[in-house]
Amino acid sequence: MGAQLRVYKRRIRSVTATKKITKAMEMISASRIVKAQRAVAASTPYADELTRAVTAVATRSNAKHPLTTENPAASRAAVLLITADRGLAGGYSTNAIKQATALTERLQAEGKDVVTYIVGRKGVSYYNFRHREVAAAWTGFSDKPTYGDAKTVAGELIEAFTAENGGVDELHLVSTKFESMLTQTAVEARLLPLKLDEVQLSDEKQAKAEIFPLYDFEPSAEGVLDALLPRYVESRIYNALLQSAASEHAARRRAMKSATDNAEELIKALTRLANSARQAEITQEISEIIGGANALADANAGSE
Amino acid sequence: MAELHVELVAADRKVWSGAATIVVARTASGDTGIMPGHTPVLSVLESGPVTIRTTDGNVVVAAVHGGFISFADNKLSLLAEIAELADEIDVTRAERALELAQGESDAHAERRAEVRLVAAGRRKAA
Repeated sequence: MGAQLRVYKRRIRSVTATKKITKAMEMISASRIVKAQRAVAASTPYADELTRAVTAVATRSNAKHPLTTENPAASRAAVLLITADRGLAGGYSTNAIKQATALTERLQAEGKDVVTYIVGRKGVSYYNFRHREVAAAWTGFSDKPTYGDAKTVAGELIEAFTAENGGVDELHLVSTKFESMLTQTAVEARLLPLKLDEVQLSDEKQAKAEIFPLYDFEPSAEGVLDALLPRYVESRIYNALLQSAASEHAARRRAMKSATDNAEELIKALTRLANSARQAEITQEISEIIGGANALADANAGSE
Repeated sequence: MAELHVELVAADRKVWSGAATIVVARTASGDTGIMPGHTPVLSVLESGPVTIRTTDGNVVVAAVHGGFISFADNKLSLLAEIAELADEIDVTRAERALELAQGESDAHAERRAEVRLVAAGRRKAA
């Protein structure tokens, strides 16, 4: 076998091995999207009931709460950025980071200090590499978040928001919305202070459009609001984490699918090259044999 | 017989839903029983067992940690961060958790484990 042919054969082997890996990752992601979507669907009844209850309290009483009170002289804003723990997911983490950077710039232009909180290893390493400060980071659950994870994150953020000194006045959330298997968009939303007028149900209907009965609040409207609002923030963060997880899997599936397709194409091209190299080798061998035979015949004819 | 519709929902799943004649849950001001036609109410739940008496005479017990109930139009929503039906509770694990919590004097964890055991029928309500 000629040297050229051997090189092609080796490259085909290596690309085939890579293709097997990307194909496996594609299929794993595909099955995880379904699970992640199911988790999103399973969490909506709770989120919707909670939204209804919060809106009911807000419309039926004039209770004030620190989490809904706007600070007119807001000077510090927190940004919670949700990214992936692992790479190989196409532009998933990059898009979220870009969105967060744009938001940060906008907030800074408004004269606010920005404090960044991050979920996911990719975001953490991006910020660390650029020596940007991160107030707190959570990693290890980006592809399968639980309610407990959301509670941990929300707990710290609510604490920062309600802190007397050195706290933040606003909380923004940058996450990725799962629109379909093919489309996931990085979105931002202001989580705190809560604007109860704009609270939406999962089907994007305004919760306020419903008419609520005259509830008895127990122990009191303030007490109920006190218990509900942190839950509401947790549930919003939980939902964002779940949506982001589904988006991460969808992005990874797409990236791995195109990697598999590219590998297939590469194999095809390399096979063609290997074939022509083999053909060239054979042609050369034949012409060498013929040349040799001719030379022999000539030499014999000369000696007779 | 009059009945009310109950939805018991945890943060990550729907735990139980169906028709019931009475639901007893522990709210901030003590055990509250809700029957069909109750005035609309929204109250905060304590950690505790929730008892649902279904229309066909069965009793469903669940351990509920942190949440609230809202009742209106004969529809009762029980929302909890964590909710487990009695037969889903891993009794040995709860007992172990209780021992551990008592050892570390972690009041929250102790209460959680206790509620689980009460709901599973292994212990008298405290």
